[in-house]
Amino acid sequence: MIAFQNVYKVYNGSSVALEDASFQINLGEFISLVGKSGAGKSTAISLLIGEEKPTRGRIFFGQFEVNKLKDRDLPYFRRHIGIIFQDFRLLPNKTAKENVAFALEASGRPQREIEDLVPQVLDMVGLGDKLENFPNELSGGEKQRVAIARAMVHRPEVIIADEPTGNLDPFHTWEIISLLQKINQLGTTVILATHDKDVVNSLGKRVITLDHGRVIRDEENGRYILV
Amino acid sequence: MRNGLLTTTTVAIITISLTVFLYLILLNVLMDSTVATLEDKIDITVSFKTITPEDEILNIQRSLQTLNEVREVAYISQTEALEIFKERHAGDEAIIQALREIGDNPLEASLNIKANRPDQYAQIAAYFENPVLGRYISNVSYAENQVVIDRLTSIISNINRIGFMATVVLVLVAGLVVFNTIRLAIYASREEIGIMRAVGASNSFVRGPFVVQGIISGAIAAIFSLFIAIPSVYSVNPYIAQAIPEFDIFRYFLTHIHLLFIYLLLAGVIVSGFSSFIAVRRYLHG
Repeated sequence: MIAFQNVYKVYNGSSVALEDASFQINLGEFISLVGKSGAGKSTAISLLIGEEKPTRGRIFFGQFEVNKLKDRDLPYFRRHIGIIFQDFRLLPNKTAKENVAFALEASGRPQREIEDLVPQVLDMVGLGDKLENFPNELSGGEKQRVAIARAMVHRPEVIIADEPTGNLDPFHTWEIISLLQKINQLGTTVILATHDKDVVNSLGKRVITLDHGRVIRDEENGRYILV
Repeated sequence: MRNGLLTTTTVAIITISLTVFLYLILLNVLMDSTVATLEDKIDITVSFKTITPEDEILNIQRSLQTLNEVREVAYISQTEALEIFKERHAGDEAIIQALREIGDNPLEASLNIKANRPDQYAQIAAYFENPVLGRYISNVSYAENQVVIDRLTSIISNINRIGFMATVVLVLVAGLVVFNTIRLAIYASREEIGIMRAVGASNSFVRGPFVVQGIISGAIAAIFSLFIAIPSVYSVNPYIAQAIPEFDIFRYFLTHIHLLFIYLLLAGVIVSGFSSFIAVRRYLHG
């Protein structure tokens, strides 16, 4: 359902970020995309969500051929994906509730639907009592949970987490990873890009390993082996 | 763009630009008026020998009026000329006495001719070189004034040209200042825009609030600019009146205040709205 076919990404004519990357991800899978900093994980994600175009190769997401999408179609495509980032990327002058609601407003959902869904999804991530707090009043773990709630609120087929625990301490890291596992159990595909060895090794899920832009390993029940 | 200080600064800068724009408009009006005043002072007076029958003069007046170059022709009969002369020299007994002794009216009838444009006087003067008219004409004032007329014509066309270029340049500069100010303000929101895009907001959803904010800023700036202009034009008025007494700029400002406000509003809203539209664009790709 998600497929990279011989994808290359070269910057400035000489800097190779991805080289002949090919893999396929099926509905409902939990994938860890691992590698050192600079291995190409963020590039792969950026290409998958259409933020950049590949130099060569094709990228498929369900019925979309992502590399062929026009700028004006990107917003509609992005509504099939929920993304969470290492730096949370919450709007600082909106409350937790408003941040989550924003994702629905941006896709033109009616107000009544928004008022129903938002508290539900914040409850699901365990923040039912922090609806009115601003991001600067929340801990790192809580901010990331708001981000997850926002990513989940329009029931995407895929959640992409780009180093979601990079700014969190071990306790909150596990909180977030557990939440992602729970989401995956409910049927959502999860792609977790990370260089946290312990997280990957404890998950026992499929691991795609990148090194210098190439896919060097792709294993079920994989482990993150440092090269 | 929700940052209060940033918004205030943006509005302040747009206000300054609009005020400059308004001053330029007034300056142009002032220049046009000055030019018109100067042009009006130029004329040709053709004096006719006292033997000339009045019908002949009136004929000449009529044919002059048919010329494209001629704006108006005023006929001053011998009688009127005498009256004017008497008024001018009212206190001078010697002259009044001399007139009485002469008996007949020694003063000549004349036609006072104004052209549509200062550069047309030469053509009009040429009309009187016709030898047929020569027997009646006593004097054509153009020859004496030609140098002055030519210099005035050249000064006027320079004023017009320089004024136009200066206006264009300054308006462009003001427009660029506003554009850059708004670009900076939107740059400050680039993260927010990125988040909106990541979450699936359409381009118009992202762009809308910024354009609306731009338009509102432009409108508010127009209002402020008008309020700044009122006292400043009022205080400058006496100095301008000294230099150019025929033109009361403050009064012009007041009588045209509705129109001027509409110009300001349009300029403010269009430039700010358009700038916001363009400035957001670069964050809407990819």
